[in-house]
Amino acid sequence: MMELVCPAGTPAALRAAVDAGAHTVYCGFADETNARNFPGLNFSRDELAAGVAYATARDAKVLVAINTFPRAGAAQLWHRAIADAKTAGAYAVILADVGLLAYAAETHPDLRLHLSVQAAAANPDAINFYATVFGVKRVVLPRVLTIDEIAQINHEIDVETEVFVFGGLCVMAEGRCSLSSYITGQSPNMNGVCSPASHVDYAEEGRDLVSRLGGFTIHRTPKTAPAPYPTLCKGCFSSGDQTGHIFEDPVSLDASHLIPALARAGVTALKIEGRQRSRAYVAQVVRTFRAAVEAQAMGLPMPDSALARLTEGQAATAGAYAKTWR
Amino acid sequence: MDLTVGPNFFFWDAATVRGFYQSVAAVPVARVVLGEVVCSKRLPFWQDEIPLAVESLLAAGKAVAISSLALITLKRERKQTAELLQLGLPVEINDLSALHNVPQGTPFWVGPLVNVYNEGTLRWLAQRGAVRVCLPPELPLASVAVLAGIGRELGVAVEVWGHGCVPLAISGRCYHARLHDRSKDSCQFVCAEDPDGRDVQTIDQQKFLTVNGVQTLSQSTASMARQIEPLRAAGVDALRLSPQIGNFAALCEGYAARLSGKVSADALALQLANHGRPLSDGFLNGAAGVTWSGSLVFRQTLSGFEQEKRLL
Repeated sequence: MMELVCPAGTPAALRAAVDAGAHTVYCGFADETNARNFPGLNFSRDELAAGVAYATARDAKVLVAINTFPRAGAAQLWHRAIADAKTAGAYAVILADVGLLAYAAETHPDLRLHLSVQAAAANPDAINFYATVFGVKRVVLPRVLTIDEIAQINHEIDVETEVFVFGGLCVMAEGRCSLSSYITGQSPNMNGVCSPASHVDYAEEGRDLVSRLGGFTIHRTPKTAPAPYPTLCKGCFSSGDQTGHIFEDPVSLDASHLIPALARAGVTALKIEGRQRSRAYVAQVVRTFRAAVEAQAMGLPMPDSALARLTEGQAATAGAYAKTWR
Repeated sequence: MDLTVGPNFFFWDAATVRGFYQSVAAVPVARVVLGEVVCSKRLPFWQDEIPLAVESLLAAGKAVAISSLALITLKRERKQTAELLQLGLPVEINDLSALHNVPQGTPFWVGPLVNVYNEGTLRWLAQRGAVRVCLPPELPLASVAVLAGIGRELGVAVEVWGHGCVPLAISGRCYHARLHDRSKDSCQFVCAEDPDGRDVQTIDQQKFLTVNGVQTLSQSTASMARQIEPLRAAGVDALRLSPQIGNFAALCEGYAARLSGKVSADALALQLANHGRPLSDGFLNGAAGVTWSGSLVFRQTLSGFEQEKRLL
């Protein structure tokens, strides 16, 4: 059966994900070492140890994402996170930074390393580089590849691949985007945040509700319509005489119907985005995907997606997996 | 501190490329990096200019390196990357997979699109053969200072983004094609219509971003015109100037004059502001990348993102 890798922003979400059938749960520490560094989210050291115990007792694994790029002169914070994840019994750590990978490989040679999507390893040469040099065992693929390209990659590498199938969708190559820090000063790479809520401003102007990020208008919607969160790359902008979602519509990813194709492409694990989501959301998504991977393993058709309402009224896309997206 | 001309990010025809590098050969910059960074589909249209440009730049006494693509996904792109090494010049990698083709110990340069955020990564690259690194533009001055210090210790020259629209993101999707209702595979090379990229405004007409095929840049010109002294104090070795249409030679002369003390920071900033794009230097020590430290201030209004040319 394909492995289901599920998000947990809180200990409660971790338990909910395990109870709903997650094979693996990923989480992070409550600081800038992980790419979902949101207020009120993530784990203390004790919470992680308890989470690992809960998961292990139910045959599930816990991965710890330490996938921001350490600040120059402050790498100890990231080094300590790796050591503490290992102590807590994490199955693997998910890293993106070359310096951190080198450190982990040298200091904790028996710790299993996964390559974060934030490293954007998008071809076999890159993946083999991380596998050969640092002993990385699994690579989370960036969301810029088609299924054919993923299949091709799996022919040329020996390590496992994991791909995103549901949740938020980065339009840009992950870990290579400074759009957020350009207007807010805070970026995924440095601070573990994108389009942070601290820089969001909503204003009623005439009949419109305007949402701004760092002072830049991202959406202008009628007051009566639902206003999407002003994620920078999914805003409505103008260029020449055109106005629209120049980079991407406010959509989220749903590749559930592509699970059989991803299995044929040699993918080991399916990842669900959403450590910032509620435990109820996590439980429902995990349950639905667990049914889907079980169906896939038995060669049955994919169950009808019960996920539409979880995308919160937003449209869903198969993203780069379908070539036409590009 | 000296000057490096970075690779051109935009799609220029062969004649424009030729004229550009002829003029660069005559300006006071120490080195030039050239090659296709953004889109492999563009390369056949101008690759024959590369050996000519290299020859004239070397003859003019410049150091020259050849740049790799930033996002390598196709077999053809991996092959192109492997072939770069055969040119006998240092390769500037903009994606770590390019290292696959660089034998251990062969000196190489590292471009601003590789994530060098800390001393661990810089040390690893140095032992692998890196001799020159242009840091990612989003790094704050405190990080730049740490890395420049480590660079000195390791014998790695450290550059920062000195001038040009800032490369902010790269994608699998081509936004130029999307703006023309085309897919990347049937783009018909529409990005050639915008040799300085295509401006993107907010719907409130704030100057915002620049689209260049699969790449997204700032619409502001980031400039270190007002930051030379702190960068020198931090131990930075070079400023990178990014090619643009217009009088690029005069711009290089302006920075050279600023480095040698012949013009002031604000005089250079005024020269640059006359090119029409807002200026920014906020990644270094401002609240956000888009902010500008100088007296040419930005004022956001509902009618637009206006630049007031006010002297101190």
